Amino acid sequence: MTAPASPTKVRGETILAVENLVKHFPITRGVVFQKQIGAVKAVDGVSFELRRGETLGIVGESGCGKSTLARLLMRLEKPTSGKATLEGRDLFKASGAELRRLRRNMQMVLQDPYTSLNPRMTVGDIIGEPFEIHPEAAPKGSRQRRVQELLDVVGLNPEHINRYPHQFSGGQRQRIGIARALALRPEVIVCDEPVSALDVSIQAQVINLLEQLQDELGLSYIFIAHDLSVVRHISDRVAVMYLGRIVEIGTEDEIYERATHPYTQALLSAVPVPDPELRDSQKMIRLVGDVPSPANPPSGCHFRTRCWKAQEVCAVEDPATVPRAADPHPSACHFAELRPAAA
Amino acid sequence: MTQSAVHPTPASPTPEGGHLLEVRDLHVEFRTTEGVAKVINGVSYHLDAGETLAVLGESGSGKSVTAQAIMGILDTPPAVIRSGQILYRGRDLLTQPEEQRRQVRGKEIAMIFQDALSALNPTFPVGWQIGETLRQRAGMSRGDARRRAVELMDLVKIPAAATRLGDYPHQFSGGMRQRVMIAMALAMNPKVLIADEPTTALDVTVQAQIMDLLADLRRDLDMAMILITHDLGVVAGVADRIAVMYAGRIVEHADVRSLYKAPAHPYTKGLLESIPRMDVRGQQLSTIRGLPPNLMRIPSGCPFHPRCPYVQQVCVDVVPHDLVLGDGRTSACHFAQEVRDDSAR
Amino acid sequence: MSDFETVAASEDQAARRGPSGEPGAPNQVGGTSTVTGRPRSLAGDAWRDLRRKPIFWISLALVVLFTAMAAVPALFTSNDPTNCVLARQHAAPSGGAIFGYDFQGCDTYARAVYGARASLLVGALSALLTGLIALTVGMLSGYFGRWVDAILSRVIDIVLGIPLLLAAIVLLKRVASDSSTVRIASVIFVLAVLGWTTAARVVRSSVITAKEQDYVAAARMLGASNGRIMWRHILPNALAPAVVVLTIALGSFIAAEATLSFLGIGLKEPTISWGIDINNGRVHMRESATPLIVPSTFLALTVLAFIMLGDAIRDAFDPKLR
Repeated sequence: MTAPASPTKVRGETILAVENLVKHFPITRGVVFQKQIGAVKAVDGVSFELRRGETLGIVGESGCGKSTLARLLMRLEKPTSGKATLEGRDLFKASGAELRRLRRNMQMVLQDPYTSLNPRMTVGDIIGEPFEIHPEAAPKGSRQRRVQELLDVVGLNPEHINRYPHQFSGGQRQRIGIARALALRPEVIVCDEPVSALDVSIQAQVINLLEQLQDELGLSYIFIAHDLSVVRHISDRVAVMYLGRIVEIGTEDEIYERATHPYTQALLSAVPVPDPELRDSQKMIRLVGDVPSPANPPSGCHFRTRCWKAQEVCAVEDPATVPRAADPHPSACHFAELRPAAA
Repeated sequence: MTQSAVHPTPASPTPEGGHLLEVRDLHVEFRTTEGVAKVINGVSYHLDAGETLAVLGESGSGKSVTAQAIMGILDTPPAVIRSGQILYRGRDLLTQPEEQRRQVRGKEIAMIFQDALSALNPTFPVGWQIGETLRQRAGMSRGDARRRAVELMDLVKIPAAATRLGDYPHQFSGGMRQRVMIAMALAMNPKVLIADEPTTALDVTVQAQIMDLLADLRRDLDMAMILITHDLGVVAGVADRIAVMYAGRIVEHADVRSLYKAPAHPYTKGLLESIPRMDVRGQQLSTIRGLPPNLMRIPSGCPFHPRCPYVQQVCVDVVPHDLVLGDGRTSACHFAQEVRDDSAR
Repeated sequence: MSDFETVAASEDQAARRGPSGEPGAPNQVGGTSTVTGRPRSLAGDAWRDLRRKPIFWISLALVVLFTAMAAVPALFTSNDPTNCVLARQHAAPSGGAIFGYDFQGCDTYARAVYGARASLLVGALSALLTGLIALTVGMLSGYFGRWVDAILSRVIDIVLGIPLLLAAIVLLKRVASDSSTVRIASVIFVLAVLGWTTAARVVRSSVITAKEQDYVAAARMLGASNGRIMWRHILPNALAPAVVVLTIALGSFIAAEATLSFLGIGLKEPTISWGIDINNGRVHMRESATPLIVPSTFLALTVLAFIMLGDAIRDAFDPKLR
């Protein structure tokens, strides 16, 4: 495999731009005559840019909409509104040949290595399927060789081409999933919790593989995870989501060292540090209560019901994700400031 | 770092036989149509009153099976307890008749699980479920059981407990369900609480709340706790001592500070080096090569030898015994000293 | 259930977890023998289960026996079932005629052997046709959902509400031809048209399950067409349960054919069929019961064999029952 780097493709330029993306799942009642009685606001106005060759981490707790965001980008769901462009081409308007071209350029690695591979297909068939769907990507005669190359690239034995998924361990299956995503030589790969189903000692192997592939192939990643340590390790920039919105976005350093949004600060402080010496020095911000239902999010700032800084303005005015005085990276808080202890 | 710098606090050393709970040389097999899986191969650990022991391991390490054996809830078959003792206050639970064991279960030792949703009965209100134990085992009246259920829900900090008695499990969030399960486990005032991956299914902010709650309850109710987990971060936050399991054996056992400072088993060392740390930047993740063993064909000698960077011929031939390193530390590695010195460097 | 919920719950938990401890985590002990290198699948487990069941072997033996009878009846008898001599009416067993002769003076045993062909032919072809209809309807309904599903599900409900025999009688009454081929084809067609609903429901629900799998999402992200997803990813996973239901249906189709022929509206002479012979035997039951008992027994055994076989396979494939 060779890197798809051509002279016109500059590292650091925007490859994927998402603007005000919204996905509301209707809640309906009735069987024959369905009546909409509400909507789950899974993704509620998300904008970001992904630059060539970088990893954008997306973190958030369950229900924050990060997986729906991935499914929207992969066109598994239709957005309610909003726009996304991949190398300038509109992702949601594309159809037919245009859509096929876009799909070749953007692929996804799924979370569960047990359900993401068809149990009745051999590894060769699974990794070779992209070539059957996109015959122009590899001439028929060369496909088996390509599949074996891909197995080699992800660190599996190319001779295992005729084995079935259940003959592999979780980590190996995840490598098969990565090989399938790489087959069409995409430039963007969306990774949805790619290591969270794996054992600790296997996670590192897969993370290292993803990093190595990025270096060799010039890939751009959207890396969705709930594990903040893993995200910090792999990401160049990080977006923090809460109830369908990005509440803070910035470089890995800006988010982890100079977070200005109270939710980000609380989230970071809750991550257990694997060092018993820091047990007492770790100042945890205890959030009260649970995440509200995305079907009925609070007015104004979605986080205000759990926020210790909340004022009247928070219930009325929706804070924009814009650079704040405390630190010049976008943060959606009226009272954005650095955490005193962390500074 | 030298040995003297290692923290000398294995929580509360009590004389032999004086432990609250002790597992001695436990062997458990699973007999399946595929063959015999040796799931527990000589596990020994103890728990003293008021301390927190973390049992750390990956899937298939046998950490949960050991706990299930303590609770007497192993499915037999396929599980067969080959040998060993489980002593609670000096009496062997394994040789007791079921009737006596039931007295210990719940009343003395209680357990909570990862998946609170499936551990609760979806068809009954939570207040009724918490109260059932009290009615059945403590012979409380309906009214008393109700009042005690509210107390227990207050204890685990469920807001507005009295108004939520009649709610069903699905009406609670994941974190709140976990609290309900903890309340149920605490109903009979157990002396030992076994928490099997209590926060694995939860989000990080909720995980922090539950771990806080467990630590507070352990202290306030003067319980001892066995925390079963795969999460090195969670362990560092609450445990006094830690037992690391691999392929059905305890490969390293130490007080938590010295273990994190200088692991003395290559497996523990590998685990600590392979997790990304949020507080350390630009770190290169090292990996443990290969895969955990198939428990039907555990490698000869040291079960970790095919994945071990320290491997020598002796590791292939000889099963390592627990090497005592002082301060109550043991490591089942032929090169324990060397590994610890490397780690401390 | 235990008297203590925490424990009751934990027993439940322990049962699901199996030896490895964490649900959903790689299971190195039983489920997926990743490290043994030995493939282990649902089909493999099912086969291991089936091998130990006498009922499976007995029903399989019967199915093989009757299939052989239908294919090469001459292997089982050297007598001609159409060689009927009135002089032998209700004669005692002699020569190859081990069960004697019927009212028409035909060899009772030979007629029963030759009757297998019509019965199995009707059963097998109806099941096949049923399978085609059920797979098509179930796949479309399960895969596309929404209004396609709403319409097809109502069609299933309606067809399911029609009494099979009553409708078959009404429909077959309209077939005037006495030609053997036409009658067999009509019976097959009528049974299939009325009997596909159960199988379609089974297919629909397994399609819905398969559709939600991540590997289907993965194929869709690669740009796979609906046809490809249905054919490559969903059909193979929906086929096994359908085959089981159809095996059972095959048995009941044979019984239905016999019933229709017995009533005189299914197959007609000169076709040799158990149903026709049972009807003839019934008329002269008082003179000799053997011509009634022999085809009845053949019919009962065949129907039972297919239903038991289907049942055994279904149980073996159902992990919940294991």
